[in-house]
Amino acid sequence: MESESTTSSAQVNGNLAQTVADLSKHMLELDEDDDLEVFSKDALINQYKLEEQDIKDVFITVDCPENHVTSIETFVTYRVITKTTRSEFDSSEYEVRRRYQDFLWLKGKLEEAHPTLIINPLPEKFVMKGMMERFNDDFIETRRKALHKFVNRIADHPILSFNEDFKVFLTAQAWELASHKKQGPGLLSRMGETVRAVAASVRGVQNRPEEFTAMNDYVETFSQKMGMLDKIAQRIVKEQKEYLEGMKECGPVYTLWSGSEDQLVEPLKAIAGCIDNCCKVTEEQVAGLSENQVPILHEYVLCAETLKAVLRRRDNIQAEYESKVDALASKKADKENLKEEIGRLEDKVECANNTLKVDWERWKRNMQSDVKSAFVDMADTNMNYYKKCLAIWESFLTSQKTDVHLEKDTDS
Amino acid sequence: MTDSGNEEVAVIGNTDLTAADLHNNTNNTMTEEGVPLLKKMEISVSEAEKRTGKNAVNMQEIYTVYLIETRPVDAITEGPSAAPDSLWRRYSEFELLRNYLLVTFPYIVVPPLPEKRAEFVWHKLSADNMDPDFVERRRIGLENFLLRVASHSVLSKDKIFYLFLTQDDGWKDVVYDTGFQAKDDGWKDVVYDTGFQAKADSRLKALNATFRVKNPDKRYTELKHYSDELQSVISQLLRVRAKVADRLYGVYKVHGNYGRVFRYAASVDDILEEEEHYADQLKEYLYYSEALRAVCRKHELIQYELEMAAQDLVSKKQQREELATGTVRTFSLKGMTSKLFGQETPEQREAKLKVLEEQIVEGEELVKTSNAECDEYVRNAWIDIDRFKEQKNQDLKEALISYAVMQISMCKKVGIFVLNI
Repeated sequence: MESESTTSSAQVNGNLAQTVADLSKHMLELDEDDDLEVFSKDALINQYKLEEQDIKDVFITVDCPENHVTSIETFVTYRVITKTTRSEFDSSEYEVRRRYQDFLWLKGKLEEAHPTLIINPLPEKFVMKGMMERFNDDFIETRRKALHKFVNRIADHPILSFNEDFKVFLTAQAWELASHKKQGPGLLSRMGETVRAVAASVRGVQNRPEEFTAMNDYVETFSQKMGMLDKIAQRIVKEQKEYLEGMKECGPVYTLWSGSEDQLVEPLKAIAGCIDNCCKVTEEQVAGLSENQVPILHEYVLCAETLKAVLRRRDNIQAEYESKVDALASKKADKENLKEEIGRLEDKVECANNTLKVDWERWKRNMQSDVKSAFVDMADTNMNYYKKCLAIWESFLTSQKTDVHLEKDTDS
Repeated sequence: MTDSGNEEVAVIGNTDLTAADLHNNTNNTMTEEGVPLLKKMEISVSEAEKRTGKNAVNMQEIYTVYLIETRPVDAITEGPSAAPDSLWRRYSEFELLRNYLLVTFPYIVVPPLPEKRAEFVWHKLSADNMDPDFVERRRIGLENFLLRVASHSVLSKDKIFYLFLTQDDGWKDVVYDTGFQAKDDGWKDVVYDTGFQAKADSRLKALNATFRVKNPDKRYTELKHYSDELQSVISQLLRVRAKVADRLYGVYKVHGNYGRVFRYAASVDDILEEEEHYADQLKEYLYYSEALRAVCRKHELIQYELEMAAQDLVSKKQQREELATGTVRTFSLKGMTSKLFGQETPEQREAKLKVLEEQIVEGEELVKTSNAECDEYVRNAWIDIDRFKEQKNQDLKEALISYAVMQISMCKKVGIFVLNI
């Protein structure tokens, strides 16, 4: 595992890597199996591999959420600003407004076009935690951040960022987008697709390659562990908040007490001050945790579902191919057409498998770096928190010691 | 001069007396004028044990006894292996001693005992009196009590206290023989009713109503208010603190779920034990405030009795005047009846006058002694109150400082764990 960080928290990195390594143990096994036989006769794959040296040439920001009221409904739109140097784009800067449904549409189109690419999840439609509403400020801010990440991940993806629908999403004005959405395969053909997919999944895959079974197992474990980490992180934030509430009551009691005393006024007031300062610092720490670490962990919990869907789709493609092969073996008629179809499906399977394998690597790398940095940040946040608390109490001690000196002088 | 530490063994050496002197006159010199007992004797409550026995209603019960060890200071200079004298006492005997002291020295702010039942508990602590942590904290509290009494210039000289430390058998009989309970006159109930339980408060309010002092001493009123405020603020603090400790423990426990990742769990117990120690220091002064209040109340009682006596005297003198001059100054039933039924015979008047004269003489004596009692009480009490204030300021300041130190060490401990990840 890499541990080449040169920052002062190098030790932290190194040790944390241990735990992340534990998480991705299965992935390591995959590493060894992956014999770099990835390259097939498919030229496209080669091209994708080369283009993985990421040159970031599309920069997107998602901000400025605004309420949008029509006669039918109210919804929130976000401003999406794109800056790019790519020649495919007519201009170098675009600004559009999009709503959550548009993002959902985009995701759907991308999945359609690239069934075996891993697309990081969108934030959830509705958080059923009970305390959040759709128009609650915190909720909107959390969602905005997640949408920003979503769109940028697509922009960083070597294949997805060149998708036509993505380009339309970034550049089209509202009415243009609406009309574009209406294009594409009609309702009937889409239904046909769905029926085929269902049939394929019911049939099941017969000869799934070993590596994809391993992937499936990995995703199971990953899903469990991530779920656990996410829950724990949220519990910590909740408990820390309750602790903060309790602490806030302490300071005032000391201040109240100082009102009854004469000699003890100074130290009591000082303690009250220290406790209040600690409360402020705790508040910062809790905010930091809930705004940074918790969303990252939560995103990867959702990711597990995405991975399962991707593996399922791959399985479906293979199942479809296998069914045709079976059909060929049984039926004597229509051999020519079937053979053609089989050839096509065979290519489709191989393409799907290879894109998935490549993208898996890419996703794995991103995930590891994200999770690692999340934990490192968490450790940093906590370290800072305790350092600040320490400083606060030490300042109290120094203030008291000087008082003591003063007292001794007046005594003599 | 006052010893406010929580050390296991407190020794302030006094090597002026020769060993021979001490050995010969131990019982006498220990309670003589001069330095407080603690300077001549090492005292500690070193152990606790469980015993079974029959209680007052002849039922089996389990109780805890504590080992009190004492050693004359000079014995140590002869060789550290000098064995201490020791005896076992249970909590109820400590209570008896304290009751005795309360009645015998009502003008002294008597140090409190550790709490009878665990109060201000939070989840991790158990409220069970048999819990080993509770027993240990009580042991320390009992030792603290003995050390404080032994270092008090007045209390430490009391013979009963000395016998408590040294006489194994029959100490209880000696205490009862002093007849202190007769001196009690319900005064002890007043002391115990100064607790902050709501029920007791209402009884105290009732007592309040029964005697109201006409010219309250301003200093004592202020002092009483202060003791009320102190009691209320410390209770509040203890309650809030218990809540916070509970939640902090929750935070650490959740972190512990990370397992290998965050290893806070190990040091949690130490940290929370130190928090308890701070709470115990606060509790001591919570109960001290009760004792302080008791002193104020006793003063009120004395003053009230003085005023009653004075009033009684005034009315008797008035009666005498009326009888002597035959005039009725103020409306009285006697005056009315005499008007209605005629005046008494001169012989009757003479007899009544004589009785009155005697009563007046008695009354004047009573007023004089009451006055003297009051003055003396005020004098003695104020000395001790000043001493108490000094002690309190010093102790609480140290407690606050050690609280800060504890917070610092907690931050450091947790910080180290985070680094080690």
